[in-house]
This record gives sequence, C-alpha cells and structure tokens, in this order.
Amino acid sequence: MSDLRVNFAGIRAPNPFWLASAPPTNSGYQVNKAFEAGWGGAVWKTIGAPVLNISNRYGGLSVAGQRLVAINNVELISDRPLEVNLREIAEVKRLWPDRALIVSAMVEADPRAWRDIILMIEDTGADGIELNYGCPQGMSERGMGAAVGQIPESCEMNTAWVTSVARIPVIVKLTPNVTHITVPARAALRGGAQALSLINTINSIMSVDLDTLMITPSIGGRGTHGGYAGPAVKPIALNMLTELCQDEVVRASRVPISGMGGITTWRDAAEFLLLGASSLQVCTAAMHYGYRIVEDLIDGLSNWMDDHGFATLDDVIGRSLPQVSTFGDLDLSYRAVARIDPERCIRCNLCYAACNDTAHQCIDLYSPEGLRVQPGFDVRANGRAVADTRPTPQVREDDCVGCALCANVCPVDGCIEMVPVPSGRQSVTWNELTAAQPEVGSDWDAMQRYRAENRIDIH
Amino acid sequence: MDELQPAERFQESLPPLTAHEAALEANRCLYCYDAPCLQACPTHIDIPTFIRKIATGNLRGSARTILEANFLGGTCARVCPVQELCEGACVLGRDHTPIQIGRLQRYAVDYVQQRGIRMFQPGPPTGLKVAVVGSGPAGLSCSAELARLGYEVTLYERRELGGGLSTYGIIVLREPIEVALREVEALRDLGVQVVTGHELSERAHLEELLAAFDAVFLAVGLGAVPALGIPGEEYVTDGLAFIEASKLDLAHLEVGRRVLVIGAGNTAVDAATIARRMGAEVTVVYRRTEAEMTAYAHEYHFALHEGIQYRFLTQPVALLHRQGQVVGLECVRMELGEADASGRPRPQPLPGSNFVLPADQVIKAIGQEKPRLAQALGLALEGGYIAVDDAFETSIPRVFAGGDCIRARGVASTVMAVQDGKLAAQGIHARLAAARQETLL
Ligand SMILES: Cc1cc2nc3c(=O)[nH]c(=O)nc-3n(C[C@H](O)[C@H](O)[C@H](O)COP(=O)(O)OP(=O)(O)OC[C@H]3O[C@@H](n4cnc5c(N)ncnc54)[C@H](O)[C@@H]3O)c2cc1C
Ligand SMILES: Cc1cc2nc3c(=O)[nH]c(=O)nc-3n(C[C@H](O)[C@H](O)[C@H](O)COP(=O)(O)O)c2cc1C
Ligand code: SF4
Ligand code: SF4
Ligand code: SF4
Repeated sequence: MSDLRVNFAGIRAPNPFWLASAPPTNSGYQVNKAFEAGWGGAVWKTIGAPVLNISNRYGGLSVAGQRLVAINNVELISDRPLEVNLREIAEVKRLWPDRALIVSAMVEADPRAWRDIILMIEDTGADGIELNYGCPQGMSERGMGAAVGQIPESCEMNTAWVTSVARIPVIVKLTPNVTHITVPARAALRGGAQALSLINTINSIMSVDLDTLMITPSIGGRGTHGGYAGPAVKPIALNMLTELCQDEVVRASRVPISGMGGITTWRDAAEFLLLGASSLQVCTAAMHYGYRIVEDLIDGLSNWMDDHGFATLDDVIGRSLPQVSTFGDLDLSYRAVARIDPERCIRCNLCYAACNDTAHQCIDLYSPEGLRVQPGFDVRANGRAVADTRPTPQVREDDCVGCALCANVCPVDGCIEMVPVPSGRQSVTWNELTAAQPEVGSDWDAMQRYRAENRIDIH
Repeated sequence: MDELQPAERFQESLPPLTAHEAALEANRCLYCYDAPCLQACPTHIDIPTFIRKIATGNLRGSARTILEANFLGGTCARVCPVQELCEGACVLGRDHTPIQIGRLQRYAVDYVQQRGIRMFQPGPPTGLKVAVVGSGPAGLSCSAELARLGYEVTLYERRELGGGLSTYGIIVLREPIEVALREVEALRDLGVQVVTGHELSERAHLEELLAAFDAVFLAVGLGAVPALGIPGEEYVTDGLAFIEASKLDLAHLEVGRRVLVIGAGNTAVDAATIARRMGAEVTVVYRRTEAEMTAYAHEYHFALHEGIQYRFLTQPVALLHRQGQVVGLECVRMELGEADASGRPRPQPLPGSNFVLPADQVIKAIGQEKPRLAQALGLALEGGYIAVDDAFETSIPRVFAGGDCIRARGVASTVMAVQDGKLAAQGIHARLAAARQETLL
C-alpha cells in the first residue's frame, strides 16, 4: 500500500486531498463531516472583512447533458461573523490534530488589519494561512482579492506584511486572471511566502438564458461576471501549475505548490501531482457530489501508485515535468500517422468526415468487397442488413500529416492510434534549424529550398 | 398485472421518454456520417440530424426533419419493427445498446402534434387534381406529398374514420387511436379533402374518378382474414375484427376465459396480447415450429413475457361447439417434412393423432386476403397483388397504386406503405408534369 502522507511546507496531513477554501469549508459542522469522510485537510472558507452575500450565486455549465462541467459564482468571502468562524476553527483543530487545517484570509490593504487577523488565526491552532488574492468579483472592487493578486507590487507588499508577523506557514493563492502567472508568484516569493496555491477562479460570464434573455445567474434582473471553476478549467490550471514549476525563480525557492482547478477524480489528482503539485485542493467536485468522493480519490490514487510501484507521493510529484518543453525544442522530424484498427472500428465514419472536411483528406472508404467507394448509399436499400455493407475507413498513411484529429473524434477507445513511423530525416528542432540556417525562418524561398532538399512535401 | 385496471393495462406499452431521458439518449448518439440508421429506414429519415436537434433542444426542427421524410412519423415511431430497421443498423448495437431511435422519434413528433404546431404549407397550386382511395399509411403519405407539391387532393375512405390499419388494426398498446387520427387531421390542415364513408367498388366508379381527376392513387390495403376451411368456422372470431373492437370499444369487447389464437404472425401476437391483457388464458396454435414463425423474434419474446402459451406443430381440424357456444378446438399433431416453395419445411399431419384443446373462444389470425377490388377494376395482377411499374402506375393509365395492396414481395409494414405513398406521389408528379409538357408542345 502506497503512503499518501504529505508534509507541505511543514503542514502535515494523512493524504493530499484537501477541500479548497469555498462553500464546502464554510463551517465547523461541514469541516467535521468532511474529516469524518476522510479528507486530509481543509482550507477554511475565506474570513476577513465584513460582507453581505447575495442570493442566486451560482451559474452552472452543462455540456451534452452532463451537468456542472463548470460552476461560476458571484459569492464573496464568508459572511459569518469572524468570532464564530474563529471559534469553530479552534474546535475543529482540537478534534482533528492529524488533519491539515488552513485558514484562508482576506482583509483590506493595511498592515494593521493583516496583523490583527493573523494573530487571531494563529490563536485557533490552525496549521497555516492561505492569502486569498483571487476573488474576481465583489472584493476586488474594494481593493482586495484579485485587486491584490493582479498587481505584483501589492501582492509582494501584502505578503510581506503577513509573513513578518506569522509564525505558521503562509500560502499565497494565485489568481489565474493575469497574463503571466509567474509574475504574481515571484512577487509572493519576494514577500516571503512559504508556499503557493493555484488556481483560484477564472473570470467568466456563464450563459444567457434564452427564454428570459437574462445573463445567468440573474440577480433581480442583473448579473455580473463570476469566478469559473470545475472540470472545464482543469487544462488551464495544469498549464499554470506547469509554468510555475518550470519557472527558475519558483524552482530555486523550492516552495511547494498546492494544485487545484477541476480536480474531480483520482486521475485528475495524479495529473496535478505529476506536473508538480505537492497537495491538492477540491471545491466544485465536492459541491457536485458531496464529501463522499474522497474515498475514491484516495483509493484510486493509491491503487494507481501501487500499480506503478510508487511508494510515496515524492515518487510521483513532478515526475512528468521533464517532458514539458517549448515548441522550439520539439523534434521537427518526428512523424506519426493515424492507423485504424478495422476490428474495433464500428463504422460511424466520423473520422472520414473530420479528415475530409477539416484535415487533410487522407481517409478513404472501402466497401466490404475491398473497393474504394464514395460516401452515399443506395436509396432502394433498407433494413438492418445495410449495416453489413457499410464502407470502412482507411488512412492513406503517405498523405496523413498526423494531426490526430481523427483519433480525437473516434468514439471507440484505442481504435485509432497515432503510430510513430520513420520520417527518413535527421532529427532537428526549430531552434537548431534556425541557428544553423537563419534564413529558413525568415524567407519563404529559403524555406522552400530546405523542404525540397529534405523531401518534405506539404499538400 | 392483475391489480391493474383495464384502462391501465391498455396504456401504450412503452411510456413516452421524459425530457431528461430524451436528452441523455439523444446525446448518446454519435451523429454518424452517412449513418447506417438513415439508410436502414425505408423512408430514409435523416436520423442523426433529428436526434441532434433533440440534443440541442430544437424539437420543432427535429419533428420537421422526421415528417419531411415520413408524414406518418408519429405512427412509425410506435409501430415500426425498429430492431429490424434503424435500430438494428445502429453502430452502437455492435458493442452495446443501440440508440432508441423509435422512442426519440416519438418524442419529437409528439411534441409538435400535441401542441398542434402546423409543420407544412400546401405547395403553390399546379391546377391538377388527384383522387386517393384508401386512408391508410400509403394513402395519407401520398396525399401529403401531393398537397405539398401543390396538387388538389381528395381522399376517399370507405370507413367512418381515416387512418386505415393504424386506426383499426394496430393495438392500443402500440398506438392509441388519437395518434392515427392526428395524422389525418394534419392532412386536412394541408388542404386535403377527406371524404369518409365513400367506397370505390366498381370499374364505372373508377372511370368517374378518372374523368374528374388527373390521376387516381389506390391505397386500399388488403382484405379480411381468410377462411380456415374447417367445420364450425362460423363460430371463429375474426382476429382483425377482434383487434378493431378492442380499439373502438374496449369496455364491450367479448373475450373468452380460455382463448386459442390460430396463426403465428404479428397479428396473432397482437390478438393474443389483447385477450391476455383482458385476463384470458391464451394459447397460440401454430402448425409449424418456433423456427418457421413469421412473427419477429422480439414479438415472440414479448408474447412469452406476457404469459401467452405456444403450441407448435398443431393444426386445427374442427371447431367444437355446443348450442352456439365454443367448447374446444379439435387439432391434429404435425411433423415437419420436405421444404416447400417458401423454403420452410412442410408440416404434415400425423395420422390418428387428433386431440381436443378446450376453449371458449377461438380467434383466427392467419394473415389478410389479397385485394379483391383489383379484379373488379380490371387491373393487372402480380401474385394476386396489384401490378405496378417503377413509377407505381398500374395497367390502367393514370391509375397508380401503393401500400399493402401491391406488396407482392417483402414484408407488409406501415413504413413500407408510407414510402410507397411518397414515391408514388413523386411518380404521379413526374408523369403528370411530362403529360402536361406534351400537351403544351
Ligand atoms: C393486426 C395488424 C397489426 C399490424 N402491426 C403492424 C406493426 O406493428 N408494424 C407495422 O409496421 N405494420 C403493422 N401491420 C401492417 C400495417 O398495418 C400495414 O402494412 C399498413 O397499414 C398498410 O398500409 P396501407 O395504406 O397499404 O393499407 P391499410 O392500412 O390497410 O389502409 C387501407 C385503407 O383503405 C380503405 N379501403 C379499402 N378498400 C377501399 C375502397 N374500395 N374504397 C375506399 N376505401 C377503401 C380501408 O378502409 C383502409 O382504411 C399490421 C397489420 C395488421 C393487420
Ligand atoms: C462557490 C465558490 C466559492 C468560492 N469561494 C472562495 C473563497 O471564499 N476563497 C477562495 O480562496 N476561493 C474560493 N473559491 C475558489 C476555490 O477555492 C477554488 O480555487 C476553485 O473553485 C477551483 O477549484 P475547483 O475547480 O475544484 O472548484 C470559490 C469557488 C467557488 C466555486
Ligand atoms: S491524423 Fe489528421 S491528417 Fe491524418 S488521417 Fe487523421 S485527421 Fe487525417
Ligand atoms: S471514427 Fe473510429 S469507429 Fe468511427 S469509423 Fe472512424 S475509426 Fe471507425
Ligand atoms: S447509427 Fe446510431 S449512433 Fe449512429 S447516427 Fe444512427 S442512431 Fe446515432
């Protein structure tokens, strides 16, 4: 059995699955229940300045009947009185000494305000503090949340105020609503942050209601942008996590990163770990299915680790990072072509439509007699037997550019494979090529000559 | 089932899909290219397109896609042997369950029909008139297509209600009468004049129609259940009449306690199902074996599931009755012999094996008689059915025919009749347009 224990900037937990600061961690009742279900930690719903929350806060995204592929919220931080939150945090920590209990906080940009709240949080016995520089709506207009996260100087200064007071680890939670995620990350590190976490929610307008013509959620006839989270944001979160893990300043600082944004299953969790996250946070998936999902998160991750012979999380963390490269360093001579397994193919011919209409017209259809045929059918034919005369798609490998569109549209797992084939050319990257022959990158005639010399035919 | 009230026992056997079920099912469809389901449908409804429109919430558009190819999309959604057609060809059937195309089709068509949404407009008038005889699926489909092409159509039906076998012959478990009648109404909306209680019975009458109209389309279907030719025949209940009574007035349907149904086709299953749901003990008597039955496999399994018994290799020889009351059916055991013309082994009676099956009602469901009208009208025949050419024209010029009455080959079914009607309308259109060209020259 693999060991899922984590030590994140000194914060210990039995497993890396923590509830993100959000509605699932709003009260003592909830966090108790979550810990009973097995969550390794929780980041308490952000506390701080007084707020009033609004009714009708969430918009949901459905894709092809799948509900809540993403959620968008116009919620603020905790609207429960500070003392109540602090008292409950202390109670929960006393009951669950082995779990990570981190308190998220946000106050106005004033060193005294930060100092006051840090001291109060430390008094609860919490294991760490997470600075919420992310809330994209409501708080940013008041100079907090994203307003801090989006301005590196503010981010550094606020962080420094906190780290100069705090005796427990300080995590800075980054907003994705920036052009380069490394800029606020480096600012947080200059401010003395002991850890980073990301992503907070992404600015979004969820949808327009086609019956009422209102944007959703509609709050008394008006709406505003909200924060986007859930399965749909995962690729964005993974990319930002990777950018941080590759950034030389972040790497040199050796601060751990808590990854979140769309984690729904243990598979998502494993991906975040492989790209460098040291702990994981979950919000939307818990809001969708409740705390009970943690059982499969733990079980699935641990089985997968066993299968791969990974004994501890350290064996996993960052393991896929070395593969991450830049375009200029990819091998231009690598060649893969699509190959269809006729045994698995169910003849939906979606690959044909995709390649023919929007790729490179290199899938042909063959009748059961082995003749190349055009799409279409005999209108006199009917009945289930027509299924037996369906043409089968076949790739003309010489003409396939290996775009992999067909493999992506094919509904049958493993039916279309992208098979590496020899290109007959020396391996070369764009950087190598343009270093050796700069004109190839700046002049079309030179590029054509290069292609002709290397027998690269583009149709 | 016994606790159910009769009305509940006779609800459509497949409930309508809920909006959620329809959305899930529609989203499961792959939207195949040149889809096999579309090819397998005899009317070639663009199935992937109508399903996609359900998935996107465009139900009106979905219904239009269906009804453009098949004016009786509501009936077909209920009565088509989908396992043998579209669903049988669905690519998802290979590894798991095919898309429930029939139920999705019903969902879309019901949506517009229940709301009375008008789908089509009559075409710009051509000034030409066509008489259609028979308001079953073939007649309705042909009339609709002609009306949309701008013809003035008059539809004659000898019975009181339009719809043909959809109204009188398909059991309510599969299709309630209202669905069939809605389709007749939709035709009236297209400006077609529907004249019921009007029978075409002789050549002179046909000549009158030919004088008054530019073309005549015959869609008269088939006749009654043929005679068994056994003593006591007069006490046998006609299967079609039995089904018809169950559709029109279930409360007064006469059903025995022990019922025997002779025949093993789809009609036999239907009659047996009605009797069974009315509480009778039902046995189907068939002279061959399970392997030679003409009923579809899914129909047979449905019957077994309903608790209907089967007695194979059994041939009725006489109906036994006492004081006008059926008491049993004398039968003889059969054995299978050499293959006959149909390629199936010929059943032969085992001499001396006679025995009696007790019963208080015997229903015959051994198919339908070939169209008798054809001879009266002097039409050329093919195997007893009306002979037509590729444009569905009969041996009498300007007289066209389609549906069951021409089905010399293949299985008679609603969807085939609908397609005949559609193609015949196109045939009529082509011939009349050509004729007009000639007169102009
Ligand atoms: C019991 C039963 C169950 C069936 N179940 C199914 C099923 O589940 N699925 C399926 O696909 N098919 C089924 N069928 C077959 C299907 O009903 C027929 O193939 C289809 O109705 C044929 O359509 P049609 O228009 O050719 O004829 P019909 O539906 O028979 O219509 C003919 C019409 O013409 C009228 N008519 C006849 N003669 C004249 C005249 N001289 N003057 C004026 N009007 C006239 C009749 O009254 C009738 O209304 C079933 C058939 C039967 C008998
Ligand atoms: C309804 C809602 C409320 C949230 N409130 C907070 C908050 O108070 N403080 C905070 O730091 N993040 C908040 N978040 C952001 C989440 O903590 C998390 O960063 C984000 O939802 C991405 O993770 P997910 O895809 O697992 O939901 C909130 C998110 C949601 C959906
Ligand atoms: S990889 Fe791209 S080019 Fe090659 S067959 Fe597939 S779709 Fe066509
Ligand atoms: S998409 Fe896949 S299953 Fe469909 S025809 Fe192409 S190879 Fe076959
Ligand atoms: S074959 Fe099946 S999956 Fe493909 S379009 Fe038809 S219903 Fe959809």
